[in-house]
Amino acid sequence: MKRVNAVVIGAGAAGGIVAKELSVAGLSVVLLERGKWYTANDCHKDDLRNQRTTVLGNAFGPEDEGNPRVWVDAKGIARTVLPSEGSYQNNAACVGGGTLSYGAQAWRYLPQDFRMKSTYGAPAGSSLEDWPISYNDLEPFYEKAEYEIGISGDYSGTPFHGPRKRPLPMPPLPPGREFGILEPAAKRLGLHPFHIPMARNSIPYNGRGPCMRCRWCVGFACEVDAKNGSQNTVIPIALNTGNCELRTECMAKEILTDDRGRARGVSYFDENGHLQEQLSDIVIVSGCATESARLLLNSKSRLFPDGLGNRHDQVGRNLQGHHYTGAVGFFDFETYDDVGPGATIAISDYNHGTPGLCGGGMLANEFIRLPIHMIDRLPANTPRWGLGHKQAMRHWHKRTIVIMGPTQQIPTAEGRVTLDPTVKDKWGLPVVRFLGNVHPHTFEIGEVQAKRAQAWLKEAGAVDTSLMSYKAEMVSAGQHQAGTCRMGNDPQCSVVNKNCQIHDVDNLFVIDSSVHVTNGGFNPVLTIMAIAYFASDALVRNWKGTGFRS
Amino acid sequence: MSASRKTGHLTRRQFVASGALGGAVIAIGCAPGKQGNWEFLSEDQARTLAAICDQIVPADDFPSASQAGVLNYIDRQLVRHFRNHQDDYRNGLEQVQAMSRKRFGQDLELLSQPQQLAIVSELSEQDRTFFELVRDHTMEGYYGSPRHGGNRDAVSWRMLGLPEPPPLGRSQYDLGKGSPS
Repeated sequence: MKRVNAVVIGAGAAGGIVAKELSVAGLSVVLLERGKWYTANDCHKDDLRNQRTTVLGNAFGPEDEGNPRVWVDAKGIARTVLPSEGSYQNNAACVGGGTLSYGAQAWRYLPQDFRMKSTYGAPAGSSLEDWPISYNDLEPFYEKAEYEIGISGDYSGTPFHGPRKRPLPMPPLPPGREFGILEPAAKRLGLHPFHIPMARNSIPYNGRGPCMRCRWCVGFACEVDAKNGSQNTVIPIALNTGNCELRTECMAKEILTDDRGRARGVSYFDENGHLQEQLSDIVIVSGCATESARLLLNSKSRLFPDGLGNRHDQVGRNLQGHHYTGAVGFFDFETYDDVGPGATIAISDYNHGTPGLCGGGMLANEFIRLPIHMIDRLPANTPRWGLGHKQAMRHWHKRTIVIMGPTQQIPTAEGRVTLDPTVKDKWGLPVVRFLGNVHPHTFEIGEVQAKRAQAWLKEAGAVDTSLMSYKAEMVSAGQHQAGTCRMGNDPQCSVVNKNCQIHDVDNLFVIDSSVHVTNGGFNPVLTIMAIAYFASDALVRNWKGTGFRS
Repeated sequence: MSASRKTGHLTRRQFVASGALGGAVIAIGCAPGKQGNWEFLSEDQARTLAAICDQIVPADDFPSASQAGVLNYIDRQLVRHFRNHQDDYRNGLEQVQAMSRKRFGQDLELLSQPQQLAIVSELSEQDRTFFELVRDHTMEGYYGSPRHGGNRDAVSWRMLGLPEPPPLGRSQYDLGKGSPS
C-alpha cells in the first residue's frame, strides 16, 4: 500500500475538515472511517430507529452486533451495554459522524468558556482548567467554519457573544409559532432572545437548496440535503482535490510507531475484515472523545507500554458531555405548528455570571416532537397508562412547548474512558470502559437552569409546567462527548499541545472534541470545527514537504 | 405450534422472507386471535398480551392497542430487536395468568373489563419490571411509525392531529415565504 503524507482516522466534524485542509494544501491523505457513507436518501423518517430515538437501533451506527462497551456504576458493578442503549454514550459511526444526523446548532463558545478556572476557580473534586488558547485565537477559524460549512442565524438580538468580524453567511429561517410565543415572553423577563445559529441552509448555499421546513432534523439525515455536515461540504472538496482517498468501513486497530517513538502509520481492519497497514508521515486521530482515547490506549508498544500520549496517565480523563435540563410548559392553546426545524429561539443570558454557579448554559426550544417522546412528558398528575394517559396525549401533544439546554459540565479526572480488561469487539479489540460520575456542582447548575426554563414558559402563558431535572448516575458523554485528550501547555496534566500535537510524539495529532478543556454551555460542533481549522492551519504551516518538524 | 402457523402453502415466515409485499402481509396478519400469525407468541400468549395492552391503551373513539396492531409490533420485535426479552414475556405472561386464575378463577382475557383492570393494576405493583417493559413496548407500537406493524393506518397520529405521511416540505410549504402555505 502506497505511503502517504497523512492518515486521518475518523471522517466526522473534525476529521473531514482536516482531510480537506491538508489535501487542498497538497498533502496526500487517506481518510479512514469505520462506518458507511449515507446520503439524503437514507433519511427514512423512522421515529423508532434513528440516531436519537434508538428503540429499534441506531440508524447511522454503530450496529448493536459486535460493538459493546462497558460502564461501571456507582456500586462498582460493570455492565456490558449495546450501541442503541443510552449508557453506551453513542455519537455515530458514519461519514460525517454526528454531523450527518445532528440538529445542527452551530454555536461559538463565549470568551469566558475558555477561561473557566480563572473566572470561577476550580470546585473541589473537579479538574476545571483554562484552555491554552483564547476565544480570540479561534475567532478567525470560527468564521471560516461558519462560511465553509454554511451557518444561518442572527446574533443581533443578544449582547452575549464574543467579538466577531463578519455576520453569519445566511439569515435565519422565518420564525415558527413557538418563536412568536416565546420571544415577547423572554423580552418581558428582560432577556435577550435571538435566532439560533444553525448549520442549515436558509437560502441556496454551497450549491444546495434551502431547508424545506419539515421537523425531521435531529436524529435524521436531511431529506433534501439542506443540513450542512462534513459529509456534504468539506469531504467532497477533499476528494475533488485528487489528493484524498476516503476508505469506509475501515476500523483502526492501532497507531504504529517506529523504534524512535515516532508514528509511522496505522493498522486497520478493512471492509472485509482483513488487517491492513497504511504508512504515513503523520497520523491524525479524529475519532471523537471516546473512540480517540480508546485508540491511543490500544496503541501499546515497548516505548509506550500504557498507550500513546499516556505517559502521565492523562488519556481518557476529564470526559464530559452536557447535562441537559429544562422544563415542559402546557398551554391552553395550540403551540405546535409542525414547521421545521422546530428549535428556533434561544437565550444566552444565563451562560455566565450567576453568583455561586460555575457557568450555566444556553436555553432553547426543542427540535422535532415525536409522539413517542411525549408519552413520558405529560403533566405531573397524568396516569402513566390507561384511558387517562391516552386522553392526555390527545389533549397536550400540540399544546406543549419544551425549553431545555446544555449545562456546562464541571470536569473531573475520575470521569473517564479506560479499556475493559476482558470485553472485546468483533475485531478482537478491547472496548471502552466508562468510570466515574458527573461532578455534583453540574447538577446544581442544571437545577437552576431548569427553573429558569420553567419561568420563561410561565411568562409565555403556560397553565402548567414540569421540570426536566435529574441526577445522572454515570459519566456524561453522548453526542457532545469531549475532553479525553486535554489540550494544555503542561505535558504532566494534558495530552496535546495547543496545536493538537501529542506532547511526546511530534507527528501524531488528536484533532476532535477530545482536546476540549471544557465544553461550553452550548452544542460543541462549531468549536470542534474551528479547532480543526486552527490545528490544520498550524500543521500546514509547519509542513516541510516530505516530513513534519515542529 | 409450528403446524398451526401454516398459512396456505407457505409459512408466514417463508412468505415474508420471499420478499413479496412484506408490509402488506404484516398489515393483514395482525388481528389477535387469528390462527398462525405470530412469529414468537403462541395464540394463548397473544390473547393474554392483548388483554394487558388494551388496559394500557384502551379503546375510546379511537382504537385500543391491540386493535391498532400493537401485538404485531411486539411480536415482530421479539424475534428481532427485543430478542433478549423473550424469557421476560414467556414468564411474565404466565405469571399474569396465574394471578388472574387465583383471584378470579379464569384467564385474563375472559374477565370483565373492571376485573382485567384490577389484574393489570396488580401486575403494575407486583412486577414493575415486566409491566413497564410491556407498557413501553405498547406505547411504541401505538404511537410509533406504522412501518413497524403497530399504529395501523397511523391511527394514533390522526388522533393527535399529525399528518401521515410526515410532511414533505416541498409539497406543503411555500419555500419563498418559508412558512406553511
